[in-house]
Amino acid sequence: MILTEVAAAQQIGFPILSVLIFFPLAWAVLLNLIEDDRVARRMALVGGALELLLAIVMVLNFIPGVSDIQFVERAEWIPAAGVGYHLGVDGLSVLFIPLSAFLTLMVMLTSWSNIHFRSKPYLSALFVLQAATVGIFASLDLFLFFVFWELILVPSYLLIRLWGIGNQRGYAALKYVMYMLAGSTLLLVGIVLLGINHQNATGSLSFDLVSLLTVPVAPELQTVIFFLLAFGFAVKAPLFPFHTWVPTALMEGPVGMSVMLVGLKLGLYGLLRFVMPLLPEAASQWAWLMVGLGVIAVVYGALIALVQPNLRRLLAFASIGHAGLAVLGLFALNVQGIQGAVMLMLNLGLATTGLLFMAGFLHARTGSSELTALGGVGRHVPLMATFFFIIGLAFIGVPGTSGFPGEFLILLGAFDANWTVAAVAVLGVILNAALFLRYFERAFLGPVTRDAVRKLQDLRPREAIVAVTLGFLVLAIGIFPNPILSITQGSVQALAERLEQGSMPAVVQHAD
Amino acid sequence: MQTESVIPFLAMVVALVGAALIVLTRQNPNVREACSLAASVLQFLLVLTMVPAVLGGQTLHFTVLAFLPQVAIAFRVDALGLLFGITASFLWILTTIYSIGYMRQLREHSQTRYYAFFALVLAATVGVAFSANLITLYIFYELLTFLAYPLITHSGSSEALAAGKKYLSYQLGTSFIFLLPAVIVTYTLSGTFDFQPNGVFPATANATVLVVVYGFFLAGSAKAALMPFHAWLPAAMVAPTPVSALLHAVAVVNAGVFLILRVILDVFGVDLLRQLHLDVATTIVVSVTILLAGLNALRLDSLKGVLAYSTISQLAYMILGVVLLSPTGMIGGVLNLLNHAESKILLFFCVGSIYLATRKTKISELAGIGRQMPWTMAAFSIGALSIVGIPPTAGFITKWFLITGSIEADKFAIVFVLAISTLLSAAYYFRILRTAFFGSPLQGDDEAPHLAETSALPQRQVRDSPLIIGPILVCAGLSVILGIFPSFFIDLVQLALP
Repeated sequence: MILTEVAAAQQIGFPILSVLIFFPLAWAVLLNLIEDDRVARRMALVGGALELLLAIVMVLNFIPGVSDIQFVERAEWIPAAGVGYHLGVDGLSVLFIPLSAFLTLMVMLTSWSNIHFRSKPYLSALFVLQAATVGIFASLDLFLFFVFWELILVPSYLLIRLWGIGNQRGYAALKYVMYMLAGSTLLLVGIVLLGINHQNATGSLSFDLVSLLTVPVAPELQTVIFFLLAFGFAVKAPLFPFHTWVPTALMEGPVGMSVMLVGLKLGLYGLLRFVMPLLPEAASQWAWLMVGLGVIAVVYGALIALVQPNLRRLLAFASIGHAGLAVLGLFALNVQGIQGAVMLMLNLGLATTGLLFMAGFLHARTGSSELTALGGVGRHVPLMATFFFIIGLAFIGVPGTSGFPGEFLILLGAFDANWTVAAVAVLGVILNAALFLRYFERAFLGPVTRDAVRKLQDLRPREAIVAVTLGFLVLAIGIFPNPILSITQGSVQALAERLEQGSMPAVVQHAD
Repeated sequence: MQTESVIPFLAMVVALVGAALIVLTRQNPNVREACSLAASVLQFLLVLTMVPAVLGGQTLHFTVLAFLPQVAIAFRVDALGLLFGITASFLWILTTIYSIGYMRQLREHSQTRYYAFFALVLAATVGVAFSANLITLYIFYELLTFLAYPLITHSGSSEALAAGKKYLSYQLGTSFIFLLPAVIVTYTLSGTFDFQPNGVFPATANATVLVVVYGFFLAGSAKAALMPFHAWLPAAMVAPTPVSALLHAVAVVNAGVFLILRVILDVFGVDLLRQLHLDVATTIVVSVTILLAGLNALRLDSLKGVLAYSTISQLAYMILGVVLLSPTGMIGGVLNLLNHAESKILLFFCVGSIYLATRKTKISELAGIGRQMPWTMAAFSIGALSIVGIPPTAGFITKWFLITGSIEADKFAIVFVLAISTLLSAAYYFRILRTAFFGSPLQGDDEAPHLAETSALPQRQVRDSPLIIGPILVCAGLSVILGIFPSFFIDLVQLALP
């Protein structure tokens, strides 16, 4: 495996990733200096939009089709611990940064509908969350990565605890934090073991992904680290059987937080970014286990979701199934599977979150997203119904939407690896379509049974912006997936090659 | 490389002069407190002037008084002493500022005595930090015991006197029974009191005797609050809050840990420790201390009591790190002297601020305090995150080094101890924060009506005096800064290690 690094200074002239990480933090502080609540809300939108703009500028300057690590920044940090400040993105990570910026902006837009008090701390917490997620996607040093990983805890706890919509929000917030702490303890030990393996091989500690790739890990040690890291990430992914925090968090937490939790697949990203390239032998050796858990998750998630009368709970279980599907793709260990998993992660960031936003709009109007409170809604809120359906098409992976390339590629990859697994995955995809259509039919079509439904207000302008943008994106990506595929392709190919060749020491090149 | 320098001596003298001036100017509180502040700032600056030389690999020497050829009161500043000196003298400045606000607001009696003994304690602390040999260290260590006594019993209440008695009997009991014999036997075995980086004992020394001596050193440093010699520390919480800060962060417990670190590094030496398997024995003692202290903290309702047990467990972290005997682990252990002091003093300052505003000392009474004192409790949260070890705080750096060190030394059991201790500390700090921020002021109940409604309740925001909130914010800032930029102190610590 040959790793080529392109420095940010050559590529764009300034440390764009650092700016993307620290700008939201600065903006969070700035927001709290503004007295007027309405001004602060608008300033938050401005900040969110600037961040998104910058993220788009980065993607436009990204060199597609290669496996280079780009916009690289390196600086000394804690040399005694082998820790450096090392940022950079490649095809596997670059698209998640605009996704994070986009979702944050959308969540802020919808805060007018569902956040009626303490909006400044709410928006500040979102900015901190955004900074941490961008940090996660941009970090190439595992220590730095871990710092951002843990930085998510405090704002997440506060968002669920303070602005949650359920009565059990305190419990949900605590449960989320406990699960994450348990997972991150595993990660911490796994990361340290990698660093010490590097020390034993070269004489110096290092937690730098690029340096770690140049040092092979002994097979037994690979297994140990694989279990620590894979299960550490599985908690966040969420992979069956570590998923039970998801329905609780989605039912009790605010919709904005749910969007960030479900939309940004941080746990899956961890598997993709660190576990698979660093531990290629263990990844193939234990692929059966991960695939097995994935298969269970796909069937279990879809079956439970099928009988859920509540939209948020339905989406929680559906997303557990989707995470399982993505794991099937990743551990097919071939180009199609991995490419499909990345596409699926991106699509879910738009489609599942889109439906969650709709659930939020319904909740803000009816105080519930239960089927019993709905029925025949479509007639009275046609705009909402239309976009619910369009985004839903992407959710179930209909061709022509952003959901199709991901699911299709995963199925291809899975068939290549093991046809029985692929058959289960197909079943999951079918169940997924059934559960969405079933809910849509019962909530939006059919006769109106409740008077409250007749008085429902259709999408307000800010909500419409969210719905239209998401609807547009899922269709645009569905019809023109090539730009996205070409961005991810180079890195996916490099990863697949590494999985095939095993952990031969990687060669690091610095492009000029 | 040795250099003669009078500065370490001056750093002690400036505190003594400060104490004298405090007594002389007792008629005018403003001048008295200005003297106290000036002494602390001057001491810190003097300590700072030694940093370049020590970072350059030098040690600074000064002999005050030589009784006999081998027995002298002498100073020697190396990296380990300097780290302790910087911690103590810097936190003295903050504690002085805080004391002025705290003692005035409570209209405490005998403030002259308070400031004078505070300065004297700092003189003794610098003496401990910069001592060149065991006898100097022993003398200042004992002086510290006596000088802190009037501060602990400041209120003069029967409870305070009982705590003082407990403190004295633990300190003097252990030091006469264990420490003094250990010092003397060390001298008879080695013929010297001086510290030497690879240990002082000749290869011919009897292993059993050495093990006993080591055990006596460990048991003799009751200030480090290792179990079973820890009970004086929770009892001492009756003292005024700035004195708690002195005990837990500035001077007293650190002096105990410092003594143990000196014994491990410069009396026994790392090789001898490993050879006698004393590292394993110590690891067991500190691990038990860490876990039992964590469990104890869980059941207490007293705010200062929880912090005291948290200190006990954190002090054991320091010793744990060093006896891991792996390079990274030792850095983590020694570094925690500074990181813990920084974060724990913050927590005590916050507790004092709560007491000033509301007279509350129990966790169960804290409901609603988060809304009354948002700045104080935000700072408290940062301190708590640091002690638990969540990034980006100083405590996370410690935890990372300790875990890396344990794995480096192939001691996976320690990783479990640290993980459980992290969960325990997360649990007891979370209990405080949840009550403070989310408990209802009416029922003290967690699942209160939604915030939208509770925030409509009449809430009186308490305004702290700048003398109180200033040090709190500085410490909160430092807890984060030390977490993001730890390298300067890591470099210093590395110089202190073999």
